[in-house]
Amino acid sequence: MSKPLNKSQSSQNRFTASVDIQKQEPHVRVKNFKEVVLGYTEEQALAEASRCLHCLHAQCIKGCPVGINIPEFIKYITQKNYKAAIAKIKEKNSLPAICGRVCPQEEQCQKLCILNKKGDPVSIGRLERYVADVEREKDIKIPQTAAVSNAKKVAVIGAGPAGLTVAADLAKLGYSVELFEALHTEGGVLVYGIPEFRLPKSIVKAEVDYIEKLGVKLTPNALIGRLFTIDDLFKKGFKAIFIGTGAGLPKLMKIPGENLNGVYSANEFLIRVNLMKAYMFPKYKTPIGVGKKVVVIGGGNVALDAARSAIRLGTEKVYLMYRRGKDEMPAREEEILNAQEEGIEFKLLTAPTKIIGNEHGRVTAIEYITMALSEPDTSGRRKPIPIAGSETTLDVDTVISAIGRTPNPIIQNTTKGLETTAGGIIIVDKETGKTSIDAVYAGGDIATGEATVISAMESGKKAAQSIHEYLSQKP
Amino acid sequence: MSGNKDFTHLDLYTIVQKEKMDSSSTKLVIYAPDVAAKVKAGQFLIIKTHETSERFPLTFSDWNTQDGTITVLFREVGFSTIELGQLKVGEKIQALVGPLGNPSEIHNYGTVVMACGGLGVAAAYPISRALKEAGNNVITLLGAKNKDSFVLEKEIQKVSTKVMYVTDDGSKGKKGFVSDLLRELIDNKEQIDIVFVIGTPAMMMVTSEVTRPFSIKTVASLTSIMVDGMGMCGACRVTIDGQIKFACVDGPEFDSHKADFKELMQRSKCYRDEEKQAIHEGESCQCQNL
Repeated sequence: MSKPLNKSQSSQNRFTASVDIQKQEPHVRVKNFKEVVLGYTEEQALAEASRCLHCLHAQCIKGCPVGINIPEFIKYITQKNYKAAIAKIKEKNSLPAICGRVCPQEEQCQKLCILNKKGDPVSIGRLERYVADVEREKDIKIPQTAAVSNAKKVAVIGAGPAGLTVAADLAKLGYSVELFEALHTEGGVLVYGIPEFRLPKSIVKAEVDYIEKLGVKLTPNALIGRLFTIDDLFKKGFKAIFIGTGAGLPKLMKIPGENLNGVYSANEFLIRVNLMKAYMFPKYKTPIGVGKKVVVIGGGNVALDAARSAIRLGTEKVYLMYRRGKDEMPAREEEILNAQEEGIEFKLLTAPTKIIGNEHGRVTAIEYITMALSEPDTSGRRKPIPIAGSETTLDVDTVISAIGRTPNPIIQNTTKGLETTAGGIIIVDKETGKTSIDAVYAGGDIATGEATVISAMESGKKAAQSIHEYLSQKP
Repeated sequence: MSGNKDFTHLDLYTIVQKEKMDSSSTKLVIYAPDVAAKVKAGQFLIIKTHETSERFPLTFSDWNTQDGTITVLFREVGFSTIELGQLKVGEKIQALVGPLGNPSEIHNYGTVVMACGGLGVAAAYPISRALKEAGNNVITLLGAKNKDSFVLEKEIQKVSTKVMYVTDDGSKGKKGFVSDLLRELIDNKEQIDIVFVIGTPAMMMVTSEVTRPFSIKTVASLTSIMVDGMGMCGACRVTIDGQIKFACVDGPEFDSHKADFKELMQRSKCYRDEEKQAIHEGESCQCQNL
């Protein structure tokens, strides 16, 4: 798939245009679950890395939730010293192959890049991904900072982005970490939520393997709250506990027909497709039925993941219904573009009002209403308002609702004294991740509400640091 | 609950005992010490037999804290239960998670009727045992196809004050259904404080209707389709009193007079066609191995 460098590599405009990245062609990729974005070649990575101005007061670092020294790792790329580049990233981020793929860099590091003034920012995410991929493919071994084991046991609950980060950071500091995961495999949303075509599971596996190599004990199939309570963990000798159990049950649309067969929550749909590999049915035994026409409700990344998975399962038509306009969609722009290229039809400014089924209780159609946006309110957001009498019916076989999730309730319900918001989010100190119970910390979606992979990692980093400070003061 | 076997050398989720109960029902005793130490009556577990298998729920039918084992009893009717039933003693289940769901509410109610259809008795047994230990008068109604299809008879007798039988063909007890036995008890002015109905959705729906006119508290364990079983996917949603609930975290037990059983039955048929395809695929794989 090697492609010649584009015009942007000529010296006069290296400041204005970034090096394009190869992707699978839309008509090809809608027929497979392989990764869409293919990554830079070495030649491309070197060209892109050479665009970095190595600012003295680099703004990009301020935009990175985990504070990676970006100009430094990019400098190592220009020197082809990939071992030093990956070591520099891993000082701050244990999951670079993942972040390079799914971080919203355009809202973070790249947004602050000085080159924005002239044209495209440096493609920091693509470079991070390149370095991480080189490390994995060439099996570069970076020397571990020799941590002296301090024999203090820490329990980390939930092996998603937050938990993996806490586990890695504390293992590097010498703690004896056990990582409890309720599902049969580690990765959390990285394995059950984000599809293979955006984040191959072999990459998540490699990152989890790295964390295991740091000395973290992995314990899957352990639903904390049920198998062991928080109290049980303290009795087992854990000195501190981090809760990173993530988003839980789907929010309901609260419209008639929600329990018809063929109505999925995005969570169920994606768990079936990703975690259970239903896209390889019947080799993998978990079924998924999409029929000929699918409608996805929602405008976030989860909605796009569901829509793009549905089209890959061979359905003829996928609609995306979102109650606001395209500019208001919370999804990443790059993924919106990918979805459009793949033929997803956006029905903007619409909201479902009723799901219609047949005598067998199976979905046949959806009724929706057209919305108009109000003038911006005090918060600047434009509110969608239904236009009376605009109800329309659309024939569909499957409805996937991707309108958000509520926090998983199990630990909150089984732990006395753990304070939560009315919505069930665990209340923490934002800087330390401390909960209302001594030695219990929380981070990621369970403590922030639904957010991104990198913000979960950020809260994990802060919690790991405060757990370290807390335990350092204990004998 | 006593035992004296040492399984500590085994890997987690190894099958330590297997018993064919009848032509299509199997009992498995599985090594899972942490689970065995924690489970309470009325809870369930999720099993994933192999790497390529589905996750599916089963109710605990027993456990042994000393041996560190749990017991499940299931009918081999769908692809996943057939696949699980093929495991031999010494082989391992790939993944097993539990205990899941809320335990049954065990109190001294007075007189409890356990209305069990078919293999529902396997799920009922630990609940009956806990209710008996709590001081209840436990009347168990057992329904099955014929006299040879009853399982766990000895066990259930030990934890019941009275056991009554009914069969589809009249070969043991009266001819009829569990709901008929329950109606008979009520007609005979038996003082009933609570009824647990455990069986197929259809059986539970019909049986619950018997107690409704008399306002006898009736509890059903709702066995909906589940994937993770721990409050994520929402596949298990059921309608209780017009509200959507999740069987895995809000249940599995609900007031059966408020449950929408018709919807539950409809939802349980969601993957019937795919199931046939998976079974067919399994058969062709075996042919290739011959």
